[in-house]
Amino acid sequence: MKYLPLVLANLGRHKRRTILTIASVALALFLFASLRTVVTTIGAYSQWGSARRLVTTNATGIVFPLPLAYANRLRALPGVDAVSWANWFGGRYGDGKRFFANFAVDAESYLDMYPEIVLPPDQREAFLREKASAVVGIRLLDIFGWRLGQDVTLQGTIFPGDWTFTIRGVYTVSDPLINEDMLLFRHDYLDERTGRLGFAGWYVLKIANPTEAAQVGKTVDDMFRNSSSPTKTGTEQQFNASFATMWGNVGFLMNTIGLAVVFAILLVTANAMMMSARERTGEIAVLKTIGFTDRMLFTLTMLEAGGITLIGAVVGLGAAKALYKGTNFNAAGFLPGFDVTVGTLLTGLGIALLLMLASGLVPAVRAARLPVVQALRHVE
Amino acid sequence: MALVEIRDVYKTFHRDTQRIEVFTGLDLTIEPGSFLALMGPSGSGKSTLLNLLAGLDRPSSGTVRVADAEVSAMTPAQLAPWRARHIGFVFQQFNLLPVLTAYQNVELPLLLTRLSKKERDERVRIALGVVGLEDRMDHYPRQLSGGQEQRTAIARAIVADPTLILLDEPTGQLDSHSSQELLVLLQRLNHEFKKTILVVTHDPHVAERAKTVLHLEKGELIEKQAVAR
Repeated sequence: MKYLPLVLANLGRHKRRTILTIASVALALFLFASLRTVVTTIGAYSQWGSARRLVTTNATGIVFPLPLAYANRLRALPGVDAVSWANWFGGRYGDGKRFFANFAVDAESYLDMYPEIVLPPDQREAFLREKASAVVGIRLLDIFGWRLGQDVTLQGTIFPGDWTFTIRGVYTVSDPLINEDMLLFRHDYLDERTGRLGFAGWYVLKIANPTEAAQVGKTVDDMFRNSSSPTKTGTEQQFNASFATMWGNVGFLMNTIGLAVVFAILLVTANAMMMSARERTGEIAVLKTIGFTDRMLFTLTMLEAGGITLIGAVVGLGAAKALYKGTNFNAAGFLPGFDVTVGTLLTGLGIALLLMLASGLVPAVRAARLPVVQALRHVE
Repeated sequence: MALVEIRDVYKTFHRDTQRIEVFTGLDLTIEPGSFLALMGPSGSGKSTLLNLLAGLDRPSSGTVRVADAEVSAMTPAQLAPWRARHIGFVFQQFNLLPVLTAYQNVELPLLLTRLSKKERDERVRIALGVVGLEDRMDHYPRQLSGGQEQRTAIARAIVADPTLILLDEPTGQLDSHSSQELLVLLQRLNHEFKKTILVVTHDPHVAERAKTVLHLEKGELIEKQAVAR
């Protein structure tokens, strides 16, 4: 502790340089945390899913629908407690610049299927009562400044025309991985307006026993194998994981960019530390003359490097954590639950320690090994 | 018993293919309480001798003993704490750390001791008091005059109560008034506090204040002259 004023004084020697170096480290670790959080969020989403929910899609692909008539047959299967269905609507609001997910859902069964979507009872009642109504996530409501009871019009892309819904409910979520900026409206309304096509995008099945998931899935797919719309059934987690794979090798890309940024900043920090140490050759010699040991000067130089990198890390990682948490950032709904994890923070701190070692080691060894007589000639 | 004993010291430097012999069998004894001025032309080995006494450099052969320790046989790891305990060093360029206040500069040698903060504070204030800079303790070197900087450097050199104070051209950067003040201070340290002082200098005024003047020429102590005081 008694050496702290000396370390702080040295850090304050070139304030602008120190601040810029700290800012570089902070920015690098902010970017690292941001990019890594993309990876962890995709990863978390691919792992997410209730063990009691199965998703049945058209075997050809999710863009191909399934007959609504499958619902009753699915309900009748042993081990299936409940069935719901939904359709991707793909409507645009306003100029369409702010994307958000909007689905037609079988209202009552869907809300029962997803207790994570929390809706006040009176709003649920209103939604179930009124066909051209919708419920929206609280975040979406805030983004567009909507209010309960307001009519909002979406322009259909898959289902052409203007679609006006009255907002009858505002939901929150009990699980951060569920989007809070979706618009859900009633599937029977979609079916009615499209001339009773009788199709659902996918089914969600609630099963009685999670250990029977594979068996139930096989039974479903076997049942429709020779129909005009064969199915593919898997757990909700498998369904989400298949979405996550659509991101391709984004994880590798993000990690690579993140590490490249950190490496670039390592060079900047190391350069600043070396410059600082070179400028102080004479002072180091004076300290040695006074009686400071090589080990002590090594430690003091490393502490300076540590001060820069750790302050930078706290600022950069703290800013990332606070910013994404504070703004409830979710990349326009693409990355729900976007939050810097403890693991990312610890990895960031680990990187800061490596930065300290890598940037401080050379000047610290140089300070420790500096021949005093030669350095004093530099002073004189 | 002598405080400093240099026996048969040889010191050779190599510059490219050139071999420079600075000392060839140098002998020197300094008694406790001495005040010596070491004079001589540039390149005669004055600073080298100072470095040998402070354990900053090693002789090519021979022994250097200071305060019962054979400095020439000590390892770098042993030398650093020994230096902190026994040597106070003052440079021509003052060499205060510009980012520290006068107080913090003087405190530096005490950071190497086990003294408590309170004890360190007492000693720093006493040292600054001896050099007459109690009222400048919070000033940074850039806020001090040359004379004040050098007095701060002397406070730093004496604060740990060293056995031997070595000064390398301490008046080289000072005007005559500041030089006079500094010399009075050195005399006071020698007379009043019984400090053993060795000053390397070109300045005859410094030599006048010393009890003994040594002349180094071509690496040899060719004259040893007591000053009538």
